[in-house]
Amino acid sequence: MNIILLAISAAFVNNVILVQFLGICPFLGVSKQIKTAAGMGGAVIFVMAISSTVTSLIYYFILEPLNIAYLNTIVFILVIAALVQFVEMFLKKSVPALYKALGVYLPLITTNCAVLGIAISNVDSGYNILESIINGIFSAVGFAVALILMAGIREKLDKNDSIPESFKGTPIVLISAGLMAIAFAGLAGLI
Amino acid sequence: MGKNTERLYNGIIKENPTFVQMLGMCPTLAVTTSAINGLGMGLTTMVILTLSNIMIALLRKLIPDKVRIPAFIVIIASFVTVVQFLLKAYIPSLNASLGLYIPLIVVNCIILGRAESYASKNPVIPSAFDGIGMGLGFTVGLTIIGIIREILGTGSIFGHVIYSGYKPIGIFVMAPGAFLVLAFVVAIINKINISKAKKNGTTPKACRLDDCAGCGNVLCAGKVKEED
Repeated sequence: MNIILLAISAAFVNNVILVQFLGICPFLGVSKQIKTAAGMGGAVIFVMAISSTVTSLIYYFILEPLNIAYLNTIVFILVIAALVQFVEMFLKKSVPALYKALGVYLPLITTNCAVLGIAISNVDSGYNILESIINGIFSAVGFAVALILMAGIREKLDKNDSIPESFKGTPIVLISAGLMAIAFAGLAGLI
Repeated sequence: MGKNTERLYNGIIKENPTFVQMLGMCPTLAVTTSAINGLGMGLTTMVILTLSNIMIALLRKLIPDKVRIPAFIVIIASFVTVVQFLLKAYIPSLNASLGLYIPLIVVNCIILGRAESYASKNPVIPSAFDGIGMGLGFTVGLTIIGIIREILGTGSIFGHVIYSGYKPIGIFVMAPGAFLVLAFVVAIINKINISKAKKNGTTPKACRLDDCAGCGNVLCAGKVKEED
């Protein structure tokens, strides 16, 4: 499969949030300001790049040779949880600047279903290790793009006081997300 | 009301996971393209939630406090794997339409939330009923959203055409429709909460997402409830 097509498909055509509905919690929770949204997006790209590398290595070099591929859900969630902890400790010790930028978002990522979802869909779609890494990184890029776009919309929405009372907060965010999803559906013709 | 019926009532009505607590939004948006998919996802989640609640209640005195979350996750993930294989073998059509969202039940916050807040502190029987109640509440929520989307998007309920002259609005069974339907459902809930607050003489709180970043009650209906 063409790697560039895979990257475009992962980031835009099959956007994790707007098309696959993975990671809705952080999408609604951390999209108030562009700055925090960018931090969260960066942290997800970082973790997802590492986690899809590690999970596909584990799948092809441990689970498959031992014929225990059916345990992938259990193994992947534990690996991701441990990995996030480990990345947090490593960054704190070795790259304090990066930790300062991404640190607060790392613990939130364990329960982000996009990370587990992409790890599982990598092996379900039969991607090899390189394809898994590309799919992981660019899915996370798609996540960051959707999150930052939404934060931009919400910063403008906050200044608007003509929204009906019952639509304030979540409902108007969901409607904006629906309109964004319509726009992203238009990208389906790209590949 | 007995303790067990109280657990059922609590899960289905009082603390309904979809409409009151607003938990598990990923499957709520993703699999509700039709009523039958919503029902199937809800029942699958209910089975896993009940089994994991029973197992965690049984083991609650053995699991050390410090490693309880990983222990819960392993228990939940095991049941998810078991149920996934059962579905693959006996209801392959449901397995095909839910696809990736079955393994993702592991990270559904309803299940870990019930394990942490109820099953790890209560005996087996009430925990089982708590799981059944919460699971049914989730099923009701998903089925209602599925029915709305199926009627608008295809003009039928559970695959039966209700009115043949209706021209379906296809977008409601696609991704954008999920966001739009959920937006209106949440708005209606807000409306009810606001008028309730008015009736009680308290000032209606504008429903806003503050800096809730975690997976808990990120959406506002749960928050309004908490503040009461």
